[in-house]
Amino acid sequence: MTIMSLSETNPTTATVTSPGFPEQSIRAADFDGFYGSFQALKGISLDIPRNQVTAFIGPSGCGKSTFLRWMNRMNDTIVGARASGTLTLDGEDILRRSVDVVDLRRRVGMVFQRPNPFPKSIFDNVAFGPRLHWRHSRQDLEDLVEQSLRSAALWNEVKDRLHASALGLSGGQQQRLCIARAIASGPEVLLMDEPCSALDPKSTASVEDLIRQLRTAYTIVIVTHNMQQASRISDQTAFFFEGSLIEAGQTETLFTNPRSKQTEDYVTGRFG
Amino acid sequence: MAHPAAAEITSAARGTPIPRSSRDRSERVVKSVLLSFSLLSIVTTFSIVAVLGIEAWGFFTGFPDKPGIGLIPFLTGTEWSPLLGGEQKFGVLPLVCGTVLVTVIAGAFALPIGLVTAIFLSEYAPPRLRVVLKSALEVLAGVPTVVYGFFALAVITPALQRVSDAFGTYNALSAGLAVGIMILPIVCSLSEDALRAVPQSLRDGSSALGGTKFDTSVKVVLPAALSGIMASFLLALTRAIGETMIVALAAGGLAQMTMNPASQVQTMTGFIVAIFTGDAQANSVEYASSYAVAATLFLMTLALTLTGSAILRRFREEYE
Repeated sequence: MTIMSLSETNPTTATVTSPGFPEQSIRAADFDGFYGSFQALKGISLDIPRNQVTAFIGPSGCGKSTFLRWMNRMNDTIVGARASGTLTLDGEDILRRSVDVVDLRRRVGMVFQRPNPFPKSIFDNVAFGPRLHWRHSRQDLEDLVEQSLRSAALWNEVKDRLHASALGLSGGQQQRLCIARAIASGPEVLLMDEPCSALDPKSTASVEDLIRQLRTAYTIVIVTHNMQQASRISDQTAFFFEGSLIEAGQTETLFTNPRSKQTEDYVTGRFG
Repeated sequence: MAHPAAAEITSAARGTPIPRSSRDRSERVVKSVLLSFSLLSIVTTFSIVAVLGIEAWGFFTGFPDKPGIGLIPFLTGTEWSPLLGGEQKFGVLPLVCGTVLVTVIAGAFALPIGLVTAIFLSEYAPPRLRVVLKSALEVLAGVPTVVYGFFALAVITPALQRVSDAFGTYNALSAGLAVGIMILPIVCSLSEDALRAVPQSLRDGSSALGGTKFDTSVKVVLPAALSGIMASFLLALTRAIGETMIVALAAGGLAQMTMNPASQVQTMTGFIVAIFTGDAQANSVEYASSYAVAATLFLMTLALTLTGSAILRRFREEYE
């Protein structure tokens, strides 16, 4: 299978690439993923371009979330989960047994389907990652928390109650807090697994706005069931079906002029 | 328009209608049966409290032929010698002291070990090992307390005596350790319930931020389960305070104001057993004193139970 490069179809990515770094952030080649004897992902070859939003779409059970969870090795906790093939972050093998998973997860943050703030204060939630990875002075930590909350467009709403419980926030605020918490560790990549599926339309809009703003600083991979959402916020889209990558490319092209009949049927709502 | 199938069922095929009055009657019967059974348990509980209260009241205010002891001298007195031939003294503090000493020893042994075991079971243990350890704990929970008392006398005390000459046949440490073993399964299983009730999404959130298993257990899961764990501690301590058979066998029968774990002590429960198994007369002051002690014990455990359930209630609200 040839590598479907998202970035090849989008010449503008070269301009945002720092010198010395490849324009791909995460690259998969002939990647297979298994749960026990069940093959959940079959021969995935895909490049995730740096500083863009890449959306994974496809019907439930197509393997898109599983693929996402391999990118920060969250599947390690699942008994019987294994993978083969190539999966790299900045050219470094993610799947290698000796990889420092703690550092990998610092560099590849994750936001989950349902907001999962810790039952701690707003401040302690955001400071959780930094406290795991570095020793800070109190002032530095406060600055970092403020910056992270500002980046997640939450600072103005919570600045007066940083030490109140995070569980008192609304669903949309909680999800932005989780994004702030992921940002605080200084990641390069943000993985988002259906981050809006548990939110009401208004909160969804605020999280989508945030995702659009964040792409200048982060490489974002988002799994979504919502086709409108994929077309609204992503630069690139990859369509998965039954464990295979059917088609990947610029979002606009994939939605208006798909190469594959299956993709066309899915994005026009004829199945899935 | 009626569904064709509906028309096919004739009124004869439906049978005789059940009158509303008969439904109402059976509802009333069921309701009164349920009510009387629940009243039975409530009445039983309140009768016990009432008997304790009335008998203790007599002890404090006096009998037709003897003066009462008085509430203040009872609660503040530091000498307890109800059975000695000479002057009888009814200061409850030595008994409270014995109870507290045994409970503290039991808690110091069982709370840390129980919590660490609970964390291991909930966060670290592979499923198969968990099943084995949990069933071992259930066996421990099913052992009659008289066996623990016997174990204290036959195993723990000789072991302590090998370590130091200070330990007599009866001592607080031996009894306290046996009580600790007895409450270990309570701490363990209730704490483990509290830890496992923490949503998996919080563990995922922590590991996705780069938290190790230890980070996740100690910085996320443990604080999230803290109120449930505190409740398990309080409930276990309540059991330790009320434990009777172990202390009656292994702690001794001498009520004294001491915090020395090597000396023999008498607990509140130990005293009550001694009165009811000894030859105190049914209308004597020492007999009545056991009700006053029992009432004090009841109030102490009630306070702990109420605190425990208040903490548990807050714990449930946290995830709503």
